[in-house]
Amino acid sequence: MEKVLDISENHFFSSKRNASEIKGKLFVGITQLAVILIIAVLAVVLGIIIYEGRSKFSWEFISTFPTNGMTEGGIFPALIGTFILVIVMSIAAVPFGTITALYLTEYASEKSKFAAAVRFSVRTLAVVPSIIFGLFGLGFFIQFVGTGADTVFNGGQLRWGQPNILWASLTMSLLTLPVIIVSVEESLKTIPRELREASLALGATKWQTIRKVVLPGSISGIMTGTILAVSRGAGEVAPILFTGAAYYLATLPGSLSDQFMNLGYHIYIMSTQSSDVEKTMPIQFATTLVLLILTLSLNIVAVMIRSRIRRKAK
Amino acid sequence: MDSQFPIKQSFTKESLKKQFRLSEFLAEKVITSIAFLSIATIFLIFIFVFKESMPLFRFGNNDKTKTEIQASNVGKPESYGASSEELKPESYGAETTEELKPETYGSEPAPQDDLKPESYGDTPKEDLTVPVEDETNAVSQNSEESGKTWNTFVSTEWVPVSDNPRYGLIGLLIGTLKVTIIAMLIAGPLAVLAALYTSCFASKKNKEIIKPIIEMLAAFPSVVIGFFALMVLASFFQNVFGYDSRLNAFIGGIAMALAAIPIIYTISEDALASVPKTYTEASLALGASKWQTAFFVVLPAATPGIFAALLLGIGRIFGETMIALMATGNAALLSANPFESVRTFAATIGSEMAETVFGETHYSVLFFIGSLLFVFSFALNAIAEFYVKGKLLKKFQGK
Repeated sequence: MEKVLDISENHFFSSKRNASEIKGKLFVGITQLAVILIIAVLAVVLGIIIYEGRSKFSWEFISTFPTNGMTEGGIFPALIGTFILVIVMSIAAVPFGTITALYLTEYASEKSKFAAAVRFSVRTLAVVPSIIFGLFGLGFFIQFVGTGADTVFNGGQLRWGQPNILWASLTMSLLTLPVIIVSVEESLKTIPRELREASLALGATKWQTIRKVVLPGSISGIMTGTILAVSRGAGEVAPILFTGAAYYLATLPGSLSDQFMNLGYHIYIMSTQSSDVEKTMPIQFATTLVLLILTLSLNIVAVMIRSRIRRKAK
Repeated sequence: MDSQFPIKQSFTKESLKKQFRLSEFLAEKVITSIAFLSIATIFLIFIFVFKESMPLFRFGNNDKTKTEIQASNVGKPESYGASSEELKPESYGAETTEELKPETYGSEPAPQDDLKPESYGDTPKEDLTVPVEDETNAVSQNSEESGKTWNTFVSTEWVPVSDNPRYGLIGLLIGTLKVTIIAMLIAGPLAVLAALYTSCFASKKNKEIIKPIIEMLAAFPSVVIGFFALMVLASFFQNVFGYDSRLNAFIGGIAMALAAIPIIYTISEDALASVPKTYTEASLALGASKWQTAFFVVLPAATPGIFAALLLGIGRIFGETMIALMATGNAALLSANPFESVRTFAATIGSEMAETVFGETHYSVLFFIGSLLFVFSFALNAIAEFYVKGKLLKKFQGK
């Protein structure tokens, strides 16, 4: 390519070249400007949140309960609530995501209509607005499954037919399912065909091959997917708005049928419905900083694992 | 049916035939049926979101549906809104509220006794009063009111909680469109140009820095972007432009652009990178310069992919909830001015669902809005997918 450009530097077309070159420089400059602008905005957002949040950010802030009507104190219950949410979510989503990815790469034939439909639904799941998952959680998990379970097992007493951690986590797991499927699929594709063929040639069956050869090789992909899903799940608020997040709780949730506090939801209510927004500003920024550190660091870890997979594939 | 390995040493056609094994059969069936779950989920989401809005579709007396609702509805004493109307003096319509709380369910934090789900803000009052009346009454009234509800959909007023509830979706639609257009005007060009730079002009080293940084933006939770817009951007732009309402469509649009940029960027970058190298090389060999190749060859070739990226970006912005809740001001005003507060579909669901009662018309209307959103994002995704698959593949295969 360089050589081609060298030729164009000749005197042959020089008069025409000049105007074109200026235009070209302008064009490249504009595209470059777009990149710089995006990165600058990102840096400004990060910078301001870190700058404003750093004064309040401390171990004490992370490990204490909010006090005095949430105008003072820390965010401990919100942090714990977020952890429980993402753990239950991963327990639900990882097996389903992994198995769906296994189906798509190992069992589905190239021309299978069913596999195409599965792929399409996975992609649709990824673009459905998160608030719709919240509605679904309310309509399906709480009103249908929860209330149904209550009438059958609990004699109509309200226990599962109301917002709680379990329904919020399951709602969130549907939202994060595509993330897991995509990254497991990607890592499954990097496992060389020769390994599978060798295993099959030795007399192992397909399922044995998958269990003993394919799955162990895709552990890092499953991990990447899980981490990305956790990062996504920790940050989303819309699906849990009416499936389990609570405004304030004096105790940590004791069972799956309790409500919970959540970091993102905490930021939302503190900044929009707090009694004294000005006074709690440092707390809000610090909470945002905690959430941002959580999601960004998880993402960076995932990206690192993923790039290691890619390098191995090459 | 024999599940043992063949012991025969010589391989005949028979012995090499696939044997039926129960474990293999089961494994395949289980895996396939679990894969089926993702299809089922899509259907379930639609069915259950739509199901909750069903009461709206039970038309009552047909002669009543055609009449003007304004007058006939006022006399109804048994409407639910009555008690809560007093609780919300700042209604959604006319006055723009400075702060972002048109719904008051959190205004008193009530720290200690907030353990129950129904106890945020003013909801308990509604919750307690409605179940006292029998449920059947509520449902029958729903079907009676459904015709009127349909009529109010095309009006412009969104006043869900009052003696005379009006569910005018036009105001919400315009608000949503306004925010979407502003956000796309910012995010679309920026992201596509950035993608063009990374795939055509940047050196390999730069590429490896730029890509992860922009993709890091995708890891920003939308609540964080919304918070940033609410706390920092809103004041900043108010100082610069000096308009009245601090939170408005413009602020919401900028914040949503931030959320949409990584999606549009990633997908268009993929599309640009997947343009065959032969195209670029042929163009360069014909004497075109690098930027001419990028602009006249690579960009047109990747149009379907970029189009899909923009569609998915629109889908993301259209359904974005937290940013809309926090940064757009949440007042359903009807004006073309980008510096007025707006209320989007998704934000309406997010802010009002907590204060509705199961089975009420308001509840059904919110679910109906939800199904509209779902259908819309589903359609966008389908168009993006099939358009790209059809056009792009045809193009590159030289058909």
